[in-house]
Amino acid sequence: MFEMPSGAEIQSIISILKGGAGYFVPEIYLSALFMVLILLDLITGKKNRGLLATVSIAGLVGSLFFIFKQQAMPDTQFFFGMYSLDRFGIFFKYFFVASGILAVLTTVIDDQLKKHESGMGEYYALLVAMVVGMMMMASSTDLLMMFLSMELVSLSAYALTGYLKREPRSSEAALKYLVYGAVSSGMLLYGFSLIYGMTAETNITRISMALAAHGYDQLVMILAVLLIMAGLGYKMGAVPFHFWSPDVYEGAPTPVTAYLSVASKAAGFAMLMRFFFVAVPQGFDVSASALHIDWLSILMLVSAASMIYGNVVAIWQKNVKRLLAYSSIAHAGYLLLGVITMDQLGTQAVLVYLSAYLLMNYGAFYVVILIANRTGSENLDDYRGLGKRMPLLGAALTVFLISLVGLPPTFGFIGKLMIFSALIAKGSLFMWLALIGILTSVISLYYYMLIPLNMYLRDSENAEQGVMETGMGAKLVTASLMILTLWFGLFFQPIANYAKYSSVLFGAFLN
Amino acid sequence: MLSLIVFLPIIAGLIILAVPSSQKQIIRIVSLLGAIGQGVIAVLIWRQYDPTMAGIVAAPGGSLAGSFQMIERVPWISLDLGSFGPLNIEYLLGVDGLSITMVLLTALISIIGVLSSWTIQKQVKGYFILYNLLATAMMGCFVALDFFLFYVFWELMLLPMYFLIGIWGGPNREYAAIKFFLYTLFGSVFMLLVMIGLYFSVIDPLTGHHTFSLVAMADQANYIKGAILGPDNVTWRYVAFIVLFVGFAIKVPMFPFHTWLPDAHVEAPTPISVILAGVLLKLGTYGMMRINFPLFPEVYQAGLYVIAVFGAINIIYGAFCALAQQDLKKMVAYSSISHMGYVLLGLAAANSEGMVGALYQMFNHGTITAMLFLLVGVIYDRAHSRQIDKFGGLASYMPVYTGLVIVAWFASLGLPGLSGFISEAFVFVGAFSAPVTRPIAMVSVLGIVFGAAYLLWSLQRMFLGKRKPDALYDLEVDAHGHEHIHFHDWKGKLDLDARELTMLVPLAVIIIALGIYPMPVMGLITTSVNKLVQVLAPVAMSAVH
Repeated sequence: MFEMPSGAEIQSIISILKGGAGYFVPEIYLSALFMVLILLDLITGKKNRGLLATVSIAGLVGSLFFIFKQQAMPDTQFFFGMYSLDRFGIFFKYFFVASGILAVLTTVIDDQLKKHESGMGEYYALLVAMVVGMMMMASSTDLLMMFLSMELVSLSAYALTGYLKREPRSSEAALKYLVYGAVSSGMLLYGFSLIYGMTAETNITRISMALAAHGYDQLVMILAVLLIMAGLGYKMGAVPFHFWSPDVYEGAPTPVTAYLSVASKAAGFAMLMRFFFVAVPQGFDVSASALHIDWLSILMLVSAASMIYGNVVAIWQKNVKRLLAYSSIAHAGYLLLGVITMDQLGTQAVLVYLSAYLLMNYGAFYVVILIANRTGSENLDDYRGLGKRMPLLGAALTVFLISLVGLPPTFGFIGKLMIFSALIAKGSLFMWLALIGILTSVISLYYYMLIPLNMYLRDSENAEQGVMETGMGAKLVTASLMILTLWFGLFFQPIANYAKYSSVLFGAFLN
Repeated sequence: MLSLIVFLPIIAGLIILAVPSSQKQIIRIVSLLGAIGQGVIAVLIWRQYDPTMAGIVAAPGGSLAGSFQMIERVPWISLDLGSFGPLNIEYLLGVDGLSITMVLLTALISIIGVLSSWTIQKQVKGYFILYNLLATAMMGCFVALDFFLFYVFWELMLLPMYFLIGIWGGPNREYAAIKFFLYTLFGSVFMLLVMIGLYFSVIDPLTGHHTFSLVAMADQANYIKGAILGPDNVTWRYVAFIVLFVGFAIKVPMFPFHTWLPDAHVEAPTPISVILAGVLLKLGTYGMMRINFPLFPEVYQAGLYVIAVFGAINIIYGAFCALAQQDLKKMVAYSSISHMGYVLLGLAAANSEGMVGALYQMFNHGTITAMLFLLVGVIYDRAHSRQIDKFGGLASYMPVYTGLVIVAWFASLGLPGLSGFISEAFVFVGAFSAPVTRPIAMVSVLGIVFGAAYLLWSLQRMFLGKRKPDALYDLEVDAHGHEHIHFHDWKGKLDLDARELTMLVPLAVIIIALGIYPMPVMGLITTSVNKLVQVLAPVAMSAVH
């Protein structure tokens, strides 16, 4: 029976919440921004695109200040162990705010969204809500909180995907996304409930302790881990939970595609690492670890399958967005390589790789949007001869693609270098995965180079040959992303060091 | 000094970026000045170079300065990797006997390449920016002594090369360009894994940290026991050697990884063929000498026979393929494969004579093949055809051209008095004196015969005999019985013009001079090669273990 808590209990709960709120400022601030955006939209009516975008960017940039202030705080868990503040989480907060800013920047230039007649009010609000949700995904330490934050992200994402209401492809994508999402959320929840059933705990640290102390049923545990992996794999876009991604990526407005492919994938990885490193840790030295759940072997298979499937299937794609969708499946595979090592070097590598992915993938999508604005198409064939007509954009896109392949001197190469270093540092144990990784990256060269091939090596058939002008602002953003991609390819020390500093998870013991 | 020679082309490229693309002549001149600047610095380096210093490994005590020259060492990246200690990447440049000749060759070929690019009319600005990027990457590869830096330069070559073949190439350029890219990338990704593995296995004795320094890696005493590529991990050391070897062999290119080369050559514009044959292929064998062999000397010793066999296959198979070609450029491409086989054979001999021959052959191959491709380019510019059987009797109306062709052709087939002879002779002396390679050397000699066959045969068909009017001009006989010659696409005189002579004559002079008096190059390399042989020798290794 439910009992009314006494006054003193309520008092203590309130004071705990108050105490925790001090560690929760960026999230509170961004939630306020979310509401401000909705109100602004209501007040200003439909001629508010510029204003909303400005407020969103200003608001997101402002949140960096609060995140920065958190860096001085000690690592802690609060809200009854629901939520944590640690360097790992702070890294992802920066990451998600950065991707949110980039998402707004890509949205502003997109012609398709510009023409959207029913306004952009909810769009920016949803974008910000997704940033909050992803931050919470990266920092939650409780199964319930994890599920809630993931739903917050998913629901915002469904709405964003279907934002172009009149566009059948967009609505179709949203529906597919929703159906797949609902199934995976269900699986995730099922997995969580199994774990709760075994341990009677929802906090991941306590789950780990309970599992170690009381033992568990192997079969149930494997089942639970598989189900949870299905839920997270859906967010990460890894094989075999990837089926939604090509269609959704193709159908969604391109800025949303970019946002999903980078930020929501990263959030999936953050949650995966936190859950598995803390709740069910497993060292490779099986005798030393109390738990013998072989989730690593499963992850290895998922990773290998993602790298092979994503890279191979991408070869036959004719649509650039679809091509990048398959490539993003492959990148999930590479990222998983860093998770599998389960050590600090691997975590550091994942963080570096994600940072690189943020820059290069956003860069690629940014140029794809600019090109689509001009040509109205995302088909490979329509890229013919574009290199001559838009010199800066062509060069920038080539740099981003080279970075996605992982060739020096780009940031993407550093990401691959770190990932493979983490693998090889473990000795010959993971050599086969490293081999799959590098061989599939050779395959990836082929399809990524299809884009420069069409841009530079082939001439367009239609008569229009003049130089295509793009706005100064768009040029500036493209050039900065390109320069950053190259710069961090040569001088990656600050980011790599920060990633190292951030590879500390609350309650996880990484060797 | 070395930084300047490496980055001068990039500076030229940045200047070109600022020049409007309509100013073609300015763009060309800036590139030429950059390349000449590189040449001047190369000569200065050459004058300062002390041929008595050995290089290859650090001087006793671990100091680099006592062994390498013109060292530039700046810490580049320093990361904390937790339990693996700091990750240190250095910007480390230096030259020794292995690289000095390659630096000279690269500078020379770069200048010639710019001159040869003068006729490029399509997208001149983009062309020269990529060309300069390529020039920087090539030079960087030869002077980098840090594996990471080497790898960055190595991969940096691929993209410009892809576009240079792909945009300015012949009709089948898309295929050739991506084939080149995929083949070389396939080789180099394995290099990445080996590089990381080596990093975790080697300790710099001076700092006590892991290092990417190739000099530290070349000393077997610096390897950690139990590490993935440590001295006791025999299996992985063999695997690492083999994948590195394949990576470099693709660049050489060694049979059976050679198929990209004829395609790339046939499609590439003349200057790019010159660069490809003159410098890029050398990077494969240079990589073997600098990285592959000294880092895994025991595997190298075990694999001599195999390397020699592949060398012999290259020599003979390349010659046979050349014999069968109808396209002159393809013939030269296969002859280039055949001649790189001599380098492999010399490397497999594992003695001073063979190694000196191999390194000298690398230099000579650079000058001779560059000249061959330039000459092919000359005839293609005029006739828009390279089919051997379309020509005949060229000697009668292109005498100067024919004279230079004879120099290049004979140098290529190894006529005494020309530089190719000396290096091939050294290779054979080395290969005969080593018991392992002796039987293979005997077979390889056949390659010289076939080489003479295809070269002389093509010479005879194209330059001697009856004129064939189809390729270069139409012959009309009017009503009065007078002959009128109508040239195709060619105004006035057929023989070489001043620009072509400036490219070809210096190469011919070098080829003849080094054939008579090889010491300017030989003298530079001998000390280092002796040191390399010593580092690779089984005795030196048993002292370590």
